[in-house]
Amino acid sequence: MSDWETVIGLEVHVQLKTASKIFSGAATDYGSEPNTQACAVDIALPGVLPVMNQEAARMAVVFGLAIGAKINQRSIFARKNYFYPDLPKGYQISQYELPIVAQGQLEINVDGQLRSIGITRAHLEEDAGKSVHEGFHGATGIDLNRAGTPLLEIVSEPDLRTSAEAVAYLKKLHSLVRYLGICDGNMQEGSFRCDANISVKPRSSSTLGTRAEIKNINSFRFVERAITFEIERQIDLLEEGGSVIQETRLYDADRDETRSMRGKEEAHDYRYFPDPDLPPLLLSDQFLDQVAASLPELPEARSARFVSEYKLDPGEATKLVDDRAVADFFEATVKDSPKEAKRVANWINGEIAARLNRQNLTISDSPVTPDLLSKLIQRIADGTLSGNTAKEVFSALWEGERDVDQVIDDKGLKQITDSGTIESIVDEVLNGFVDQVEQYKGGNTKVFGFLVGQVMKRSQGKANPKQVNELLRNKLG
Amino acid sequence: MTISNASPVTLSTLSAALHNRELSSVELTTDYLNRIERHSDLNAFITVDPDSALKQAEEADRSIATGNPGPMTGIPIAHKDIFCTQGMATTCGSKMLEKYISPYDATVVERLKQAGAVTLGKTNMDEFAMGSSNENSFFGAVSNPWDKNRVPGGSSGGSAAAVAAGISPAATGTDTGGSIRQPASFCGLTGLKPTYGRVSRWGMIAFASSLDQAGPITRTAEDAAIMLGIMAGFDQRDSTSVERAVPDYRATLDDSLDGLTIGLPREYFDQGLDSEVGDAVERALHQLQSQGVRTVEIELPNSMLGIPCYYVIAPAEASSNLARFDGVRYGYRADNYQDLNELYCRSRTEGFGPEVRRRIMIGTYALSAGYYDAYYLKAQKLRRLIANDFEQAFAHCDLIVGPTAPTTAFRIGAKTHDPVSMYLNDIYTNAANLAGLPALSIPCGLDSQNLPIGLQLVGNYFDESRLLNVAHRFQIESDHHLQQPTKV
Repeated sequence: MSDWETVIGLEVHVQLKTASKIFSGAATDYGSEPNTQACAVDIALPGVLPVMNQEAARMAVVFGLAIGAKINQRSIFARKNYFYPDLPKGYQISQYELPIVAQGQLEINVDGQLRSIGITRAHLEEDAGKSVHEGFHGATGIDLNRAGTPLLEIVSEPDLRTSAEAVAYLKKLHSLVRYLGICDGNMQEGSFRCDANISVKPRSSSTLGTRAEIKNINSFRFVERAITFEIERQIDLLEEGGSVIQETRLYDADRDETRSMRGKEEAHDYRYFPDPDLPPLLLSDQFLDQVAASLPELPEARSARFVSEYKLDPGEATKLVDDRAVADFFEATVKDSPKEAKRVANWINGEIAARLNRQNLTISDSPVTPDLLSKLIQRIADGTLSGNTAKEVFSALWEGERDVDQVIDDKGLKQITDSGTIESIVDEVLNGFVDQVEQYKGGNTKVFGFLVGQVMKRSQGKANPKQVNELLRNKLG
Repeated sequence: MTISNASPVTLSTLSAALHNRELSSVELTTDYLNRIERHSDLNAFITVDPDSALKQAEEADRSIATGNPGPMTGIPIAHKDIFCTQGMATTCGSKMLEKYISPYDATVVERLKQAGAVTLGKTNMDEFAMGSSNENSFFGAVSNPWDKNRVPGGSSGGSAAAVAAGISPAATGTDTGGSIRQPASFCGLTGLKPTYGRVSRWGMIAFASSLDQAGPITRTAEDAAIMLGIMAGFDQRDSTSVERAVPDYRATLDDSLDGLTIGLPREYFDQGLDSEVGDAVERALHQLQSQGVRTVEIELPNSMLGIPCYYVIAPAEASSNLARFDGVRYGYRADNYQDLNELYCRSRTEGFGPEVRRRIMIGTYALSAGYYDAYYLKAQKLRRLIANDFEQAFAHCDLIVGPTAPTTAFRIGAKTHDPVSMYLNDIYTNAANLAGLPALSIPCGLDSQNLPIGLQLVGNYFDESRLLNVAHRFQIESDHHLQQPTKV
């Protein structure tokens, strides 16, 4: 074990999925023509005023309740003052002393070990615009479409010790905010961004080391690599007798290293003070009750229920609830045949997940709907289809067929269960492969499988394998 | 009918004349446009838009003809240049916004437009409403019509000068620490700062958001009641505006004053008050007593700390509110700059005048790490104490009366080199802003130099009706508000 202990705290900016901005009525869609989604408030024209979007507050409360946090029924918006061209007002409206969500926690699972990670706070704030450096011949373009997009900044306690834990925490958070329907989780588009505060200290020491902050890491893989690099950098530095400076660093994915942003980031005094344009955000008991009542069954509870109600393995259940839409898909499929739950889970986690992944689709895009999958599984259960023929039907459904029985008929995939028909095929095989029959009778039981295969082949895979086995065994004595 | 110069023209007389077709809005508007032209030496206006005004007047005449006029249809007014006006320059008295044209109307502008008022133009003001003399305007100082060598007060100096000179029947103003009441006092007019939250701040360029309030500057309390009735009301675009019904301010103007109790704050009659002003206020109190009010002495022990408290909070908010004027998206941008930092520094240094720069620096300092608790936080606590003083006082009285300003209008240039003495002009007015209370100034006499003296009435929250009622009854029994500058 290393002599050094790493301490990691994460700040995650979650873009809330509201239709309009946090303090204006402009739309929040991603990828529109620059500056077409910035109204007078967003570009900070003289005389404009912010008006709080209640939906953003609701989403923050949904998150707070989901992590068992204390909700501040009176929270305050503050101005964070600094000059930057993509910050139109010259200040960002954020929450400082009294955030909407106070202390809560998130449970993570690293290699089977459960750990509870503290969440210090989560506060509402507005996003800035974007500076665009390409295509302006040395000048900088400003796109204010993103200015005013609602963010929930979720700040963890310095409870994380390894990059693996950090990634587990982030994945859990990512899954949760999507599950709660408050964020689309699109990391490429910046809907889920992470800053990491990292320090190392001698294991025996109780004081924290000096931390470096790594800004805006936009994938789980990069988070892991950036943190791993940064830990090694700090340990090397300390072991060589140097010291870590408190600074902001940038992760360069191409070189797989973190680099100081010194010079760009001067020591800022943000001069926070309560925003006089916005009264305190007050949340009534009634509002909190309403939000609590509307809260979906949370992933942990749902996964536990899947295990007890449908007898799924914990691993299977966890996989299903990772995406709320997938869990919903599962329950819609098993609603009429709960006894087939295990089979349904296998199909969703197996065939469907693989195809969605291959085609980069989400469960809502699946051409095989819960109704179709349910029907398909009924046909397996009632013996009409075997595992192999079911896959063939599934493919047809994926390609757009909408009637399971029709596909079975058209393709002639109906399993042969008529014992007379099967018996005549068995007889044909026994007559055609006399040598093998002799070998079997001589004690070489491995040949049995070969004979089953021949029967299946002659029946074009449609003979019921169970019946084939029984008949063959009887006839071979 | 022609507009007489002999006695002041009020909104109600103009309205009656228009309704009775004694004159048309076009005639009236043309007449005022000519007056503005004749009195251009006052420098009361930054922008006058005759074409737009006449077009609005024609429309008003049509609406009068079809018998569907609003409460101010056809009456010309002027807006302080702090209110955004769609299609007409909105400068806020600053080089920073010299060429700025707003794509939208302020709520106050919109409401008065809907009521049928004709906008003559935009009045001069201290840059970003920072000043008490109107000398801090990029567009030059404004003269007081009572004595052109004197200031009209500020920051709504252009609005006050325009109404006093009879070149606009009424005007809008804004009041952050006294910017409606002190110019009204200096120019012999009625000026009302409503309760914080009574009038929407949407489209009113922010100086100090927690103190700013818009209000009317008029000849009479009755005119103020008419204007306020239109300007006031909840606006969902301003989260600090209050959702509360707007009373009919005219309906209670004539209510009896019998049994009303007026509180006299000991602190407002102390040293520093000009003796002629003090005497005029005493006489006004006697008159009110003869009209049935009772007076009690009250204490506002923290009110004299209003000035230091105000000059921390207002600049702190201003330093942040004015950060948007960075030369990036609109407004003044310096010509030569090497990098972003220089773009900011030069644009803001060249675009803002010295008083605005001074307050941005004071405010930035007050909010800085290490000073925040000692200045901003302490000022906020003081603000709470000042509000508590009023709350306790209003347990013993219905309204509080005293002088509006310690002196009458001073000479142009007299205080420009002494910011603190300039700031002390607000000594009686800014407590109402800090507490968010409604307050009004009415004329109560002339001093020996023939300069108007103002009487201030401070009411309880949302008690504008009472202020207007007392002011109106006072005006019925006196002629101070009928006095006009002889030189114009």
